[in-house]
Amino acid sequence: MPMSDPAITPELVRQHNLTPEEFDKIKGILAREPSYTELGIFSVMWSEHCSYKNTRPLLKTFPTKSPRILVGAGEENAGIVDIGDGLAIAFKIESHNHPSAVEPFQGAATGVGGIIRDIFTMGARPVCAINSLRFGPIEAGAGAAHNRRLFGGVVSGIAHYGNCFGIPTIAGEVYFDPSYEDNPLVNAFCLGVLRHEQIARGAAKGEGNPVFYVGPATGRDGLAGAAFASRDLTEESAGQQRGAVQVGDPFMEKLVCEACLELLATDAVAGIQDMGAAGLTCSTCETAARAGTGIEIELSLVPQRAPGMTPYEIMLSESQERMLIIVRAGREDEVKRIFDKWDLPWARIGQVTDTGRMVVKHNGAVVADIPARKLADEAPVYQRESREPAYLQAVRAFSLASVPVSTDPAADLKRLLAWPGIASKNWVYRQYDHTVRDGSVVCPGSDAAVIRLKADSLPPGSANGSAVEKYIALTVDCNAAYVYLDPYEGAKIAVAEAARNLACAGAVPLGTTDNLNFGNPHNPELFWQLKESVRGLAEACRFFDAPVTGGNCSLYNQSPNGPIDPTPTVALVGLIEKREHITTQWFKDEGDAIILLGDVIDEQDPMRGLGGSAWLQGLHQLKTGQPPRCDLEKERSLHNTLRGFIQCGLIKSAHDCSEGGLAVALAESCISQQIARETPRLIGARIDLSFAVAEATRLDALLFGETQSRVIVSVAPLDVVKVVERAKILGVSAVKIGIVGGGELTLKAGKWEGKWPLAELHDLWWNSIARAMAL
Amino acid sequence: MKAKIIVTPKKAVLDPQGKTVQNALEQMGYKGIGAVHVGKYLEIDLPGADAEVWRSQIDGACHKILSNPVIEDYRFVIE
Amino acid sequence: MNFAVLQFPASNCDQDALHVVQNVLGLSGRFVWHKENSLAGIDAVIIPGGFSYGDYLRTGAIARFSPIMQAVREFAVKGGPVLGICNGFQILCEAGLLPGALIRNRSLQFRCEHVFLKTVTRQSPFTHTIPAGKILRLPIAHGEGCYFADDPTLEQLEKDDRILWQYADDNGKLTEAANPNGSLRNIAGICNEARNVAGLMPHPERASELILGSTDGRLIFEGLAGWLEGRLAKAA
Repeated sequence: MPMSDPAITPELVRQHNLTPEEFDKIKGILAREPSYTELGIFSVMWSEHCSYKNTRPLLKTFPTKSPRILVGAGEENAGIVDIGDGLAIAFKIESHNHPSAVEPFQGAATGVGGIIRDIFTMGARPVCAINSLRFGPIEAGAGAAHNRRLFGGVVSGIAHYGNCFGIPTIAGEVYFDPSYEDNPLVNAFCLGVLRHEQIARGAAKGEGNPVFYVGPATGRDGLAGAAFASRDLTEESAGQQRGAVQVGDPFMEKLVCEACLELLATDAVAGIQDMGAAGLTCSTCETAARAGTGIEIELSLVPQRAPGMTPYEIMLSESQERMLIIVRAGREDEVKRIFDKWDLPWARIGQVTDTGRMVVKHNGAVVADIPARKLADEAPVYQRESREPAYLQAVRAFSLASVPVSTDPAADLKRLLAWPGIASKNWVYRQYDHTVRDGSVVCPGSDAAVIRLKADSLPPGSANGSAVEKYIALTVDCNAAYVYLDPYEGAKIAVAEAARNLACAGAVPLGTTDNLNFGNPHNPELFWQLKESVRGLAEACRFFDAPVTGGNCSLYNQSPNGPIDPTPTVALVGLIEKREHITTQWFKDEGDAIILLGDVIDEQDPMRGLGGSAWLQGLHQLKTGQPPRCDLEKERSLHNTLRGFIQCGLIKSAHDCSEGGLAVALAESCISQQIARETPRLIGARIDLSFAVAEATRLDALLFGETQSRVIVSVAPLDVVKVVERAKILGVSAVKIGIVGGGELTLKAGKWEGKWPLAELHDLWWNSIARAMAL
Repeated sequence: MKAKIIVTPKKAVLDPQGKTVQNALEQMGYKGIGAVHVGKYLEIDLPGADAEVWRSQIDGACHKILSNPVIEDYRFVIE
Repeated sequence: MNFAVLQFPASNCDQDALHVVQNVLGLSGRFVWHKENSLAGIDAVIIPGGFSYGDYLRTGAIARFSPIMQAVREFAVKGGPVLGICNGFQILCEAGLLPGALIRNRSLQFRCEHVFLKTVTRQSPFTHTIPAGKILRLPIAHGEGCYFADDPTLEQLEKDDRILWQYADDNGKLTEAANPNGSLRNIAGICNEARNVAGLMPHPERASELILGSTDGRLIFEGLAGWLEGRLAKAA
């Protein structure tokens, strides 16, 4: 044992975020006191980030099975879903919230790097990325300048990494709310493609097989980042961590990815895993645990960037772009040949054993000797206490009748389109290369993005017959204000909206990956939010036949100013059967009829759609009221009906109604198609909602209410009757509300009429975020 | 011994980075400053103690690869 | 007719370029690794986009010294056509095969969007089949695409009719708003004196199929293929 190691004191144990009970359990497993290195290893492996110790019982309630699932949730680095013809996709979302709060550019960049590695580790070629971001307000307020710096830094970090790697960043969402002011959220998603027989496993199989380390040398970067991610974010922790932020090198990642895929095609690999959170520690013990083997490594063989690194530091470093590869004995030369071709560093650092133990040596002396399975799979599991938060009483007591009726709905629509939560995110996605790889069929700016998979989307060495083209739709959604106001209903809506977006693109859901961003689980009120959200997610995922294939939990998202709004980000991936079914949100041709599928307003409670709405938040600075309800039955019939119409070729455009309600969805259908730089394609519409105006109906609730399960479609004039009548037979309300055409958007509702020139609406919607960022 | 190399954009070349920094400085109250140019600084470790041995090699490297003569100027010291 | 698509370690539009050559145009093509030093049997070279060697020093700065670029130089001297796209354009400028340089976008941000291009001259293997007056719609995706050259060079380019494409609006007008990166004289692409080496920042390989929203990029590849056919016929 190195002489310099500190003595294990209760204080040191506490600093490692381990409770006295957990420490006792460690002593029980080892049948002795742990060494300093072992303490560090347990600390990261038993952090929430790696062990899900607070969430595991909840996560078990997710639907995780379907005939399409080839690798399920929790089995490996990412889930894998069959898409037919021997092809499969691997996808997953992961958070990098705390590193991004400390250093937005590198924090976000390494977040992208980490999720790309999770995908190619599975043997898949990464073909697209999406992301979900949350920041504090960027327009006004004391923290706006700081929030803009974080927002700008995160976006350029994602752009830097993704663009250089050469992956299209094709969809995403961005919201701004004061609750994220000190704790921004950065959730990065990646999707890869492979053939069934190419699935690689993170298992250390085959006693005697050599263990290789591949990629750049290990430094003191991001020491114990996993543990960092599993506690509250304070000034102090941010300060401490700044010195140790991981730095990403997308160039290196590209080389490592290509080399690994080339190597996997040789069949020389018995197991492979990336070194992400908890670096060498996690990759060695998890691969051994999965295979039921043991693993032994010698740290002096690990390439090191800094002199004098201790075993503790080497085991816990989170230096980026590193991989652990278990090679079939006798095939070492192939590894060397391929990594030399790509000019990549590699080292043989150990071998697989049959002891079931993870043995770490440093210059021959044992510094850690731990049963791998107990470390990887037997972290303590906690049933946390939960209690309904007190604030919900006020939410339920709030009466929307107390909000004054809008005096100028025409101005309200303009303000909503310019509100950063609704405004076009082109300032963000024009910084991302979203057209590389020749597969971007629907780019950012429609309800769901669509990519085309073709032969070169696959890793090298794919068998013939893999040239079948496939169309994959992707979306990521979460209205966290709804979740804050009603975690169960809000979480359901997150899934419902994502599924609706897929339906609008013409896709059938294949699976879900979720990122649970919540506050400290030791707080019963915050844990209740988590529990209720998971209940809603699980129910809705089951309903839409979109099983959860994996994901990530990020708890402890809070600063001294309070927790974030509960944000269970949901990414759904769907399959579009045929090329001609791909549908976008913008109106196409003059004279087409505009039909609303779904209820024009919540008939039982016409005001309900304003609870938690963008109108209330953006125009009245109120985040309260009961959010809209989501009837999953109704929602599902809507999706099936819409997809049926799309497959019959009846639908020219489909756009879901979400934030900002009917009025915003209609405006977006008129202005959201961008042909080229500075050149939108604007197409007007004449809308008449008079049929829905009743005595008790407030105009603001009709125009801006966010009643769920609604889609605006446009169809050829001849098809109106067919669509409306068939929808009714299928139990979906459908009504023609207007006609496409003209140079402006006009909207009539009883005696009231609004008119908006399209160029003005487009300017407000398109340029607001850029204007805020120039402040 | 080290070669310390500074690469700057040529005066005639657009330098949006420099312009942005200049604007930021002015906005922060550093009034009356002139044009800002953002360049690169490179440090190369050199063995030995005789600067003259290295001078022409470093100059060659600067000209050939470390700078692009179309858009950049360079200067260096060895010490 | 045999196309080579060069592969540097961090090329990332290499597959796209080969996809268009093989699957869209139905021609034969293959990757050529940067450590190779021969282009034997190759009739046309495409230097695709990407970040070649990470581009930490300057875009294209290290790529120009790779073994394959020596072969490209010899290939070009003999009149072989070379098309540099995005990073390929940057590499050709660094290598001195094209004049000028590509510097940071004036916005300081990476830009990915569609642009309109005016084809300035049809006197090149890359533009000779583009219908007169046709405005091309192609995507760009770059952080350093601002074309710079000193005034005498720009004058010379104009005088020699070597500016192939300029950023324009949908009517072909050269406006400031249509220029996505601050390029001098709205230059998007140029060719060398012998007119067989060309570079452009926009990505024609991302606009060669209807499903991707534009087939205008195909005109450039088809033009090149047609020109090559003539050249090969003459040689035979």
